[in-house]
Order: sequence, then structure tokens, then C-alpha cells
Amino acid sequence: MRKCRLGSFAAIVAGFTVYFLLNEPGTANAMHIMEGFLPAGWALFWWLAFIPFFALGLVKLTRMTKENPELKLLLGLAGAFTFVLSALKLPSVTGSSSHPTGTGLGAVMLGPLSMSVLGSVVLLFQALLLAHGGLTTLGANAFSMAVAGPFAGYAAYKLVMKLTSRERVAVFTAAAMADLVTYVVTSVQLAIAFPAADGGVWTSFAKFGSIFAVTQIPLAISEGLLTVLLWNWLKSYSPGELSLLKRQTKGGSF
Amino acid sequence: MSAKWRNGLMLLAVVLLVVLPLLFVQGEFGGADDAAEGAISELAPSYEPWFKPLTELPGETESMLFALQAAIGAGIIGYTVGLLRGRQDKQKLHDQKN
Repeated sequence: MRKCRLGSFAAIVAGFTVYFLLNEPGTANAMHIMEGFLPAGWALFWWLAFIPFFALGLVKLTRMTKENPELKLLLGLAGAFTFVLSALKLPSVTGSSSHPTGTGLGAVMLGPLSMSVLGSVVLLFQALLLAHGGLTTLGANAFSMAVAGPFAGYAAYKLVMKLTSRERVAVFTAAAMADLVTYVVTSVQLAIAFPAADGGVWTSFAKFGSIFAVTQIPLAISEGLLTVLLWNWLKSYSPGELSLLKRQTKGGSF
Repeated sequence: MSAKWRNGLMLLAVVLLVVLPLLFVQGEFGGADDAAEGAISELAPSYEPWFKPLTELPGETESMLFALQAAIGAGIIGYTVGLLRGRQDKQKLHDQKN
């Protein structure tokens, strides 16, 4: 039954892909590094940097779901949250639009490594179907959104919990940080690939940072609030599942 | 009740964060990537993208796919929260009986 459903879903996706391959080109816009806009050397470098995290994430996910089949539900939820939020292009104070990442929730619930898998699946979907980001730049984009962001969010959560032990504040900070750090890393990636002729990397970083990171500030706040909303919702219906996770992540496992 | 209020205020803040820039900021609200593309052509005028996206969709189709992406995600979230709530209700009934 399940196999059949998966099969038909795959068939639909494949059908769509072929259909679009044969279709007229239009315009695309994205908030990640665009296809082909990272010199080949750097593209490869970020791929290599990202792959170990992806592999560790896969190992972690299989182990987690084997020990606790219950967690599959929350895994789906974390992935779905990233799916929804990265589909929402929000207008921002800089007069351009960008989208939140939604990786903070999963990083807090399941640890940052599991997000390296979930986040990159979302990025792959967008690169293949939406010309959003790209395959050559997938390594770099996955490193920023699915590795750096979740780790920053997880660290922020731990820090705030240690200092104040106020969970909601910690979840808000984690989500906002995961969002913001993603785009700071994107700016760094572009700056070291395209240093300015006068002023070098710093000048470039200021330039890209003002495009990506500043745009992202109000979105990071929005994302923090939305994540806390979902967190409240989950907590009121499922204290059990969340405490199960607490035991999981208490061991300091990523 | 206070929790409801707090959640309502948070939602309101999210809406305001989206609406206020639209009202008060002059801009095209294009993607941040287009701006980045401009910055790259300024910093490295000779740079040519060496790979093209495999798919370039018509704008309408693209917005359909974005909507689909959001719909799939929202569906899964709704399913999960509903399932958890159902479980909790069942547990409560069970506890009342005993």
C-alpha cells in the first residue's frame, strides 16, 4: 500500500520534471546562491564541506527512528515546517523579498544533524523544480541553510536555556538565529568567491550582507514567532513526544 | 485565556512585519537573489555563470509549485497536530473511565 503510494508520487514528480524540462524558459528568482553563480572551485569546496554532515545526519536519523519509531512523526513535522516556510517569500525592509528557513524548530527538537538531511531535501526540491538555488550551488546552499543555520540555532537554544531556562525565549532565539546565520553564511560564501578589487573580501561581505542578511532581519523575527506558535501548539497536545526528545538530545548528541 | 492572547499577539506581529514594509518601503520587492546578481556583476564584471538551471518555468507554474510546496507542508503539519490531539483526547477519556 505504502510502496504503491510512494511509487505514484514519484511518478507524478517525474512527470512534472519531464514536462518542465521540455517547457519554455521563464524567469526565476531565488534567495539562495543561483545556479552557476559560484566559481567551480568554490562550488566543489562547499559540496565537500557539506557531504560529511549529510552522511552523519543520515546515520543519526536511521538510528533515532529505529530506537524510537514515534519520532518519525516529529521528523515529518520538522521537514514540513521547513517546506512551508521556505515557500513563503516575504517582503522585507530593504524593499526586496526573501523567505524564512524553518530549520530552527527541527534543530531544537531533533538536533541539528537531522536537519542537514531534511533541509537539503527541501533545497533539492527547489533546485530541481523551481530553478531556485541550483545543483552546482546546492553544496554551498545546503551548508548555509541545512548545516550552519541549524547548528547556530541549536547553540542558541542551549545557551538561552542555560542562562534563563525559559523555553519559549530559547525556541524563539534558536529559530531567529538559524534563519539569520543561514544568510550571513551565504553572504560570506559569495564574498570569498567574489572579493572586491579594492577592499577585498570585507567590502564584498558588506555588499552581500546588506542584500541578504539585512533583508533577513525582520524575517528572522517572524520565523521566531511562528516557531514559538507551533511549539506552543505541540506542547499543549503532546507533552509526551517532546519530553521523549528531551531525553534524546540531553545526552548532548547532535 | 492568556495563552490565546499571547498567540494572537504573536500572529499579529508576524502580519505587521510583512505588511509594514509593503506600506512604508519604496521598492520592487523582487528576490534578494536578483540584487545579489547585480552585486556580482559589479564586483566581477567578467564573471559568466557556468551552469544554467535545468528547468526554467513560466512564472505562473512557478507560483503554483510554491503553493504546492506550502500546501504539502501545511497538510503534514495539520495531520501531525490533529493526530497528537486525537491521541491526547483518547488518553483523557481513558483516564476518566478508570
